[in-house]
Amino acid sequence: MKIQVKFDVQLICKNLLIEKLDQLGVVYRLNPPGGIEILQNLDKEQKVVLFHELNTSGIEVIGDQQLIRVQKVKEIISNLVRLDTFDESMKVSAHIEEKLPYTYSYLSRIFSETAHISIEKFLILKKIDFVKELLTEQNLSLTEIAYKLNYSSVSHLSKQFKNTTGFSPSYFLNLKKQLNITG
Amino acid sequence: MIEKNLNIALVDDDNDDRTLFELAISRIGIPSQLKMFKSGIELITYIRDPAIRRPDLLFLDLNMPNMDGLECLKEIKQDPGLRDITVIIYSTSCSEKDIEATFLEGANIYLNKPSDFNDLKKALKRILALDWQYQNSTLNRDNFLFRL
Repeated sequence: MKIQVKFDVQLICKNLLIEKLDQLGVVYRLNPPGGIEILQNLDKEQKVVLFHELNTSGIEVIGDQQLIRVQKVKEIISNLVRLDTFDESMKVSAHIEEKLPYTYSYLSRIFSETAHISIEKFLILKKIDFVKELLTEQNLSLTEIAYKLNYSSVSHLSKQFKNTTGFSPSYFLNLKKQLNITG
Repeated sequence: MIEKNLNIALVDDDNDDRTLFELAISRIGIPSQLKMFKSGIELITYIRDPAIRRPDLLFLDLNMPNMDGLECLKEIKQDPGLRDITVIIYSTSCSEKDIEATFLEGANIYLNKPSDFNDLKKALKRILALDWQYQNSTLNRDNFLFRL
């Protein structure tokens, strides 16, 4: 006899998660998709067991609260860079504090600890990443990009690009063009 | 977990350079594991073994006997299973020709071997932190080109 089955992946995953958590005997509440709220205090050993149990069953724990907060800061910065109203003078610290219920100094500290880079440097990296995209994919000129991202001058943008990537924007663009031809 | 140790590999035929590199990596303070190889052939044989964990980033010397860095790079970038490894060219050469050629073959970062140990540490720290951002953020990997 041959039969064909169809999987409800969502349901299977949810059930597996519930089974695992019940086995471990922790008090929890599910916040779909993917959020689990542990409603009791776990000591270090219990945490290790919990993470181990989940990680070895094909479920991946995205980490503890610190990592999640850092991830949120990264998301805020990623969106910020692409805002039409992005203003160089905009206080990034104030913007982040507005969106998350923590002080900037705390977020700044855990960010550097987990991401190995400061928030300010990450912002520049993210901005230059966007500049690269605008240069290569949207064919904007440096002047247009400087204006769009509110750089005080083209030379400032150029300098930051060079400091971050090691290339001048024109050299980078040239390289990308050659890459596209060969690749 | 998002946070994981970076898996690093170095290919360099020079014994002293390997020792210095190992020391610098151990002093940076970013959790990582390092594997070192004396030749490109040794590396290629190793990373083609399906049982191992692939390196996240690979430092490649250019001037080596038998298979040089550029050939090694080509070999890696032609292999669909290995293509995603971040490749850092780690060479004493600062000729524009070498720099351009390696980028065109798909290298992500070009690092001139610093002569000072502290400079080496600083450069490696920057590269490890940078690679970490590309692995864990929404940065566009197609544009992952840096020259330090």
